[in-house]
Order: sequence, then C-alpha cells, then structure tokens
Amino acid sequence: MATTSDTRGHGHDHAAHGHDDHGHDRKPGFVARWFFSTNHKDIGTLYLIFAVVGGLLGGILSEIMRAQLQFPNNHVVTEGQEWNTIITSHGLLMIFFSVMPALIGGFGNWFIPLMIGAPDMAFPRLNNISFWLLPPAFLLICIGLVMGESGSGWTLYPPLSNSTYESGMGMDCTLFALHLAGISSLLGSMNFIVTIFNMRAPGMTLHKMPLFIWSELVTAFLLVLAVPVLAGAITMLICDRNFGTAFFDPTGGGDPVLFQHLFWFFGHPEVYIMILPGFGIISHVISTFSKKPIFGYLGMVYAMVGIGVVGFVVWAHHMYLSGIDVDTRAYFMMATLVIAVPTGIKIFSWIATMWGGSIELKTPMLWAIGFLFLFTIGGVTGVVLANAGIDEAVHNTYYVIAHFHYVLSLGAVFSIFAGFYYWIGKMSGRQYPEFWGKVHFWMTFIGVNLTFFPQHFLGLSGMPRRYPDYPAAFAGWNYVSSIGSYISGCAFLVFLYVCFRTFTSKVPVADNYWGEGATTLEWTQTSPPAFHTYLEMPRIS
Amino acid sequence: MQHSYGPIKDRVISLHTLVLVIITVITVFVGALLIWVMVRYNAKRNPIPSQTSHNTVLEIAWTVIPVLILVVIAIPSFRLIYYQDRTPDPDMTIKVVAHQWYWEYAYPDQGNVDIESRYVHDEDLKPGQLRLLDVDNQMVIPVGKKIRILTSSTDVIHSFFIPALGVQRYAIPGRTIETWLQADQIGTFYGECNQICGQDHSRMPIAVRAISDADFKAWVEQTKKSASAAQLPKIASR
Repeated sequence: MATTSDTRGHGHDHAAHGHDDHGHDRKPGFVARWFFSTNHKDIGTLYLIFAVVGGLLGGILSEIMRAQLQFPNNHVVTEGQEWNTIITSHGLLMIFFSVMPALIGGFGNWFIPLMIGAPDMAFPRLNNISFWLLPPAFLLICIGLVMGESGSGWTLYPPLSNSTYESGMGMDCTLFALHLAGISSLLGSMNFIVTIFNMRAPGMTLHKMPLFIWSELVTAFLLVLAVPVLAGAITMLICDRNFGTAFFDPTGGGDPVLFQHLFWFFGHPEVYIMILPGFGIISHVISTFSKKPIFGYLGMVYAMVGIGVVGFVVWAHHMYLSGIDVDTRAYFMMATLVIAVPTGIKIFSWIATMWGGSIELKTPMLWAIGFLFLFTIGGVTGVVLANAGIDEAVHNTYYVIAHFHYVLSLGAVFSIFAGFYYWIGKMSGRQYPEFWGKVHFWMTFIGVNLTFFPQHFLGLSGMPRRYPDYPAAFAGWNYVSSIGSYISGCAFLVFLYVCFRTFTSKVPVADNYWGEGATTLEWTQTSPPAFHTYLEMPRIS
Repeated sequence: MQHSYGPIKDRVISLHTLVLVIITVITVFVGALLIWVMVRYNAKRNPIPSQTSHNTVLEIAWTVIPVLILVVIAIPSFRLIYYQDRTPDPDMTIKVVAHQWYWEYAYPDQGNVDIESRYVHDEDLKPGQLRLLDVDNQMVIPVGKKIRILTSSTDVIHSFFIPALGVQRYAIPGRTIETWLQADQIGTFYGECNQICGQDHSRMPIAVRAISDADFKAWVEQTKKSASAAQLPKIASR
C-alpha cells in the first residue's frame, strides 16, 4: 500500500543528525547490545541470523534424508528409529526455528516500527526475551535429535510419542522445546498487536497501513489463539508420559484422536502463520518493482483476515482417516475448499498489480514472481487434498509432502528470500551483488522444482511418507528428487556467498535504492537506519 | 494414480481426473498471465506505469468464478465420500488389526480364521516376489464381493492403505473404524502401512489377494485346518 508522507525531509534531516548525533545514537557495548537488546532492529537481526542457522541444520537433515532415499535399500541411515528422529527434527527445525523466526521475528521486528513510524516496539525488553527463548529451545531439539528419541514425526501423535513407545528424555526435551518456542511466539505476538494498534504515526489509519503490517497483525492474532492450544496438547502429552495421566491412552479411558484434534486446531492456523507474512512481503515487492500501488488493497486486507478466520475452522481435514464421522468430513471438506477463494483473490490481485506496470526484473521481483506461480501450484494441490474422497487415496503419501513443500519451500521460503534481497540494503547499508542474486534464484528454482514436482507422482502412485526405504517401483522419481535436492543444497551455498559479498561490499547505499516504486516509510530512513529512528514522530498525509 | 481394480478407486480416479483438469487449466492460465505481464509490461516496453488499482467487475469475477468452480468440484466430491464411507450391505467382514510391525486379519464370518501377515525379508525373497511388498500370509478375499473392513490397533496408530482399491483408514488403539473395499478382478494388490508407527514403519506391507468365490471357500477350509493343526500340542515323536 502506498503511503504518502511528508516526512521525507524530516527523515533525511534526522538521519543526518542520527549518525553523529547529540548522544541519542550511542550504541551500547557488545554484550549489552546483543544479549540485553531493547532495539527492534538488533533483535530482528538476531532472529534473521538464528533463522539461517536453523534453516542450515534443517537443510542438512533434508540432504541426509534425500541421500538415503536416492536408491531403494540404501544404507545412509540404517536404523528406522534414527530415520524417524531425523525427519521429526527436520520438520520442527524448519517450521519453528527457520521460517517463523525469519518472517515474524526477523522481518516483523525490523520493519513493523519502521513502516508505521514508531521508534520501537511497545515492549522492547519483552521483545528481547522473545528472541532469547529460542536458542535454548533449539538446543533442546538438538538433544532430542542426538539422543535419537524423538521419532514420532513433527505431528507428535500419541501413542507413538507416549512413554511406552518413546521412553527416554529425548521426547520430553523436544516437547519442552516447543513450549519455549510457543512462549516466544506468544510474547512476540502480543508485542506486535499492541504496537500495531497503538503506535502508528498520526494519519496512518488502519486502512492506510502497509499490507506487510496487516499480514503481521493477522499472523499475531492467529498465534495468540492457536499456540495455547498446542501448549495444552503437549502439556497433556508430557503428563501422560511422566505423571501417570491417560489423556491419550485408551487403556486409561483416553483417546489418541483427542490429541489430533488439539494438535491440528493449532496446526492448521500454524501453516497460515507461516505464509501470511510472506504474502505481505510479496505485496511490497510486486508493488515496488511494478511501480504501481497494490491492486484492490481492501480486498487484499480482507482476504488475509478471511484466510485467518476460516483457517481456524478447517483443522480436521488433517484427520479425514481417523474415524471421524462422514458428515463431519463433509463439513470440513466444504470449509477447506472455501479458503481457495480468498487465496485466489490475492493471486489475481498481484497479477493485476503487475498489469500496466513498469516491471523491472531485479532479484527480489524474480523471487516474487516465482512465488506467484509456485504457490499457485501448491495451492491447487491443496484443493485436490481437500476432497476427502481423493484424500483417502493420497493421505500421508508423497503427494501431501509435495503439496506442503510447494507452499512452504517454494512459497514461504521464496518470500523470505524476496524479503532478504529487497531489504538487505536497507538493513545493512550494503547491497547484494545482482548477478549472484540471480544465480541463487535460478539455481534454487530449478533445484526445488526438481526435488518436489516428482513427489506428486510418487504420492499418486502410493508411496507413503516417513519411509526410509521403499519398494523398487518408486525408485525412478526418488532418484530425480534427490538430484534436485543436491542442486538446492548448492544453491544455499550460493546464498551464503551472496551474504559474504554483500557484507564485504564497500559501496554506500541510498535511503531509497529502489526508486519511485518503494513508497512505504522505511524508505525514508537511511540505509542502514539510525540506531534509534523516528525520534521525531512522522505525520502521514 | 495406481490403476484401479475396484469400484471405489474407479470413482476416486474419476473425481481426481476432473479436479486435475481444472487445476491444470488454472495453473497454466496463471502461468500464461505471468509471462504475458512480464513481457508486455516490462519497464523497457512500458516506461510509464498506470496507477489503476481497482476494477469492480474484475474483482467480482475473480471471486464468483472460483466459487462456481468449487461447486463443480464439491458435488461429485460429496457423493464420493458418502459412497466410500461404508457399505449398507456387505457380504462379509474382515477385522484388520495393526501391530508393531505386522498386520493381523481376522475373519469373523468364516469361523474366526485369524492370520498374521509379515513382510518377506530380503534374504527370503523367492523369484518374482516384490521386495518390501510381499508377505508370508496374504489377506485373501473373494473377488467381486463387498468386504466390510474394521480397523483397529493393539499399540500405536497405523494406517491400512491399499492404493489400487482406493481404500485407507487409520488403525487406532481403543477405536474401531469401519470402511469397505471390493476387488473386481482376480489378482494381488499391495499396500503399505501409512502412519508412522516406529522402527519398522516401512516394513509392514499389506498384500490382498482376490480369488474366485470357490477358491476362497477352499482357502478358508485349508487355513482353518492348518491353524487347528498348529494348535495341537506337539507330541515328541522324533
């Protein structure tokens, strides 16, 4: 959303003051600055670095998985329990320690105050706690991984995750890690909601707010409502495991399906939590590089709100085969199909934004256009899966894996890279090398499509997920998929090289290095912004 | 999808084909729009961007048309789930009980014949047997008959999945789930456990052999005999 403001002059003046200034901008010492931070930009940076580390470990696990699956009867991972632990950790790391920290903690913290004209978050010190809860959680996940005791899948279904079948401390470490990560998300979300509602610069009404802010606002509400349900479910699981309760144990009068309801009541909104901020970033990138305002701003806002609200009443489409009643399945099927409508509105609005624009295909725009096409593919396979009748033949197969990796690895991750290339100059004051950015994009595009598209075929022909070994009939596409994963892995190394070249670049970067298309408030600040921005409140016309 | 050998999978394939055609058209349409937009509205070819950000007709169209498409999908889809759920007049019942890490098939209508089905280890595979799919004792059914399936489990959650017959249901301890299947051709149809269940999740396949009614009755008799023979105390005669 283009926000006109008369603060450009003020912003420039202030930035000029900011650097050498009257003691306002004195940065704290290293430990105070990075361990006891109360600065949204530094905390955002911590989250982004953390997300790269989480993504690296999650990615290494996925390369191990694909190496094992390259051939049937392979011996990279020989033990079933070891395999189950690796796939569980891969899922948990990517979701809670890579995608969410990047989109919400990273870009959210960096740009919410900058875009609304606020000097920082409403609760700067709470912000720091939100971040620092994550490294211990990460450590606990690693303990579970190394002990080989978290072999239930990221979905943690009992009885397999119960103490009879997964005895030992590793699973409890994993569950506690999720508690810590959950608290981190809750505190962060509350901070975001209060900040967005209360600290917008005068003149920035809700209907003038940039779409990225809207996306983070809806995401924060989803987190506040969904995470406590996960916390309840895993607390009950911890009690079953350690304190003799029987919430999910039929021999004690409990029901494994109860866990599924609780988990997916969180789990489905969780996937929208992972993609909504990405939608926000894509809106900004497409608008900037088409030099046009986003088409249908209000439609986009209400589509995001609609996706968030409807996302809460579709959870049992993950449970079509768990013995729920056929009429219940019919309802959840209908509700799930409905979500396709607001999502489609967004895709068409993004294309309409580009229509008539003056498009420059710089690296962030390549990621955004890639997102549009690949998220569409992922979305339509979701429509296939929504049909419970078809789901009976593809549930828990590689078709599901293909679907969610298209919307996540090729959706959320593409939006993260779009945000990185769009904003890294602003955040660091150094610009990325355009050629290598494009190499990174194309290598990733080819790699991830080669990895995940064949998995649709594997799923349709019946290959189950979470299998370390498979009958010979599935060998062909598995081989192709593994080759694709090696290409994607190399593409990540190219990304690390891009980071190296960016951070060692000596060329200074302008306040607004993207030109007329970049119309939100962060482009009125220097690159990088002053340690404390908006010491004088901007006014929006 | 795997070729269908039964009425349920026939309908699944038919619905899937309908949905696949629709989503392919949508995806190609979106892709074509993107290519067009990148070519026609490139900065070099269109240096002055328009500032249009509304078009009510378009916004209504791209809301209503997807709804109509979804209705077209939903109608056969609802019919399918009610068809698949259970059959009102099954010819017989099989209780499928999942264990870590093998299947147990009980035939209450055939005098409680009970067999355990485990995968054939690599070193025991005979020529023509499929690795990780063939089992020692198959689930034998009569061809062309409606078989009610009741799934359950004695330990963790598993999933009974036979793609060629279009059937899948979880096997959950403490719960019995009903569905049905039917094979319309004589043959062997494979499936695999499809819900993570521990160490040997990938090593508990399912093999369903559909044979003629007469052969099925003979199989039942023979299995009962060998089962009762197995239960006789072994008299030391060696």
